[in-house]
Amino acid sequence: MIRNITIGQYYAADSVVHRLDPRVKVIGTLVYIVSLFLFNNFWGYAVAAGCFCAVTVVSKVPFSYIVRGLKPVFFMLVFTALLNLFWTPGTVFFQLGPVELTWEGLRKAFFLSVRLIFLILGSSLMTLTTTPNQLTNALEKLLAPLCHLHVPVHEIAMMMSIALRFIPILVEETDRIMKAQMARGADFESGNVIQRLRNMLPILVPLFVSAVRRANDLALAMDARCYHGGSGRTKMHPLRYQGRDFAAYLLCIAYCVLLYASVTYLPVL
Amino acid sequence: MSVLLKNVSYIYGKGSSEEKLALRDINLEIRQNEFAAVVGHTGSGKSTLIQLLNGLEKAESGEIFFHGKNIYDKDFSMKMLRSKVGLVFQYPEHQLFESTVVKDVAFGPSNMGWEQLKVELSTFGALKDVGIGEELFDVSPLALSGGQKRRVAIAGVLAMEPEILVLDEPMAGLDPASRKEIFELLKKLHRERKITVLLVSHSMEDVAEYASRVIVMNQGQIVLDGEPRKVFRYEKELSKIGLGVPQATSLMHFLAEQGVAVEDDCLTVQESISAILKWLK
Repeated sequence: MIRNITIGQYYAADSVVHRLDPRVKVIGTLVYIVSLFLFNNFWGYAVAAGCFCAVTVVSKVPFSYIVRGLKPVFFMLVFTALLNLFWTPGTVFFQLGPVELTWEGLRKAFFLSVRLIFLILGSSLMTLTTTPNQLTNALEKLLAPLCHLHVPVHEIAMMMSIALRFIPILVEETDRIMKAQMARGADFESGNVIQRLRNMLPILVPLFVSAVRRANDLALAMDARCYHGGSGRTKMHPLRYQGRDFAAYLLCIAYCVLLYASVTYLPVL
Repeated sequence: MSVLLKNVSYIYGKGSSEEKLALRDINLEIRQNEFAAVVGHTGSGKSTLIQLLNGLEKAESGEIFFHGKNIYDKDFSMKMLRSKVGLVFQYPEHQLFESTVVKDVAFGPSNMGWEQLKVELSTFGALKDVGIGEELFDVSPLALSGGQKRRVAIAGVLAMEPEILVLDEPMAGLDPASRKEIFELLKKLHRERKITVLLVSHSMEDVAEYASRVIVMNQGQIVLDGEPRKVFRYEKELSKIGLGVPQATSLMHFLAEQGVAVEDDCLTVQESISAILKWLK
C-alpha cells in the first residue's frame, strides 16, 4: 500500500558521482539550474542536455529512474506550456474563433517546458546520487558562514535530518493506522472529495498524536545524551574535499564556458 | 469449521528489490470456539498471517475460506468479513481518534451500516464487557491511562460483534495488573460469548495458562501445532528457532534429564509444585 512511496529516493550504486563530496553536487546542481535560465537559445539547451546525459551515464542511475521524477509535475508542465502557448501575443499562425496560436507563444512554451524538465531532471539526479544525510551535511557546511549573521545553521540542518529520518517511520505508522481503521470497517476509497477528506480523520488524528509523542521522546533522548546545539560539536565523518571533487568543480566551470561559447558564437536558432 | 487456509503463500514487498516469501504453503484451520495462540520469532510471519484472516493482506496464492465461502470470490463481502473477524493490532490504543470514548468505540459498528439503536447497544455492551465504567464514556480517549486506552481500543473491535477475535500481542507494554485484566477479559469473552480467540503472544507462560492450542511459526511456515502440553515437550526444537517454553516446564524437563522421575509435562508453577511433591512422597 502506502509504504511503496519513496521520498528522498536515493538510488544506491557505486559510481564517481555517488562518491563525490555532496557540496560539489549541491553547488553543481545550483550552477546547472541557474544556467538553464540565463539563455534563450537552442544550442544552449543542446549543451545542457548533452552534459546532463553524460553525468547520468557516469552515475550509473538508469534513465527510467530519473524520468520517473517528472511524473508528479507532469500536469504543471503541461499547464504552464499551454498557458504560454495561448496567451503570448505575437505573429498569429493559427486561429480558431477566439483562440490564437503565435510563433512567439510556441517558442516560449517549448523553451519553458525544456527548462522545467531539465531543472527537475538535474535536481533528481542529485537526490538520486546523494543520501539525505549527506545532503544536510553539505548544506550545513555550505551555510556555515551564515552563522556570523546569527542564522542557526546547525539547528536548521539538525531539524532537516530529523525530519528526513522521520519520513519512513511516519509512512510505516500511517500504513499501520490505515490498516487498523480498515479492520474497523473504515473505507478510504469511495465517496466524493469531501467525504474522502472526512474519512481521512481517523488516520490523521492518530498520526498527529503519534508524531507529537515521538517528537517528545526524541527530545528527551537527545537531552539525556547532553545534546546542547551545534557549538563545539564535531562530526564522525567530516566532509573533506579530494582530488575528484576539484576535478568536478573544474568540469562545472568547463560546462559554463562551453555554454557561454555555444550561446554566443553559434548561429541563433 | 470457521476459517480454513489452504496452501496459502504470501510474498512481502512484491515487485521491489527486497522480495521475501513471508508465508509459504500454510494450511491451517481455526475451529469455532477455540482459544489459540500463535507464537514465533520476529519476522516468522505471524502478523502477516493474522492480517490475511480478515482480508487486509491478500495471499499470493492459495485460498482462504470463511464458513466454507472463499473470501477471494468476487461477491464475498470484505466488510462483513472484517466485522466477523475482529482484528486488534499491536498497541491498538494508537488508533484512537474520536473526541469521546463512546464515539470512538461506535466507529466500527457505524461503518458496518447498522441502525443507530444497534450501534449504541453494541457500543455500550462492548464498553461494559471490557470494564469501562459510564463515568468514562464522555471522556477523551487520549486522557485515559494506558490500560484503559487498550481496553477501549479492544472494545472498538468487540463492538462490531466479531465471531473471531484476533489480537496481535494485546499485552505488550502493559503492567502486570493490566495484563491480567486483559487476559481475564479474553477468557470471559471466550467462555461466555463463545468467541473464538486467536492471539499472538511472546509470553509462553501466558500461552500455557490460557490457550488450548499453540501454533508455532518459523520462517513463514507452521512447524508445530497442538495442545500446549504437547507442543512444549519439544523444548530443544523450540529453542533452536529462538523460542522457549514456560519456565516451570523448562525446570521439569531439566529435572527429568537429571534422572529425577517426575512428570515432566507441567505447564504452570502450580502443576510443577504438585508434581515435585508427588515425587518427594
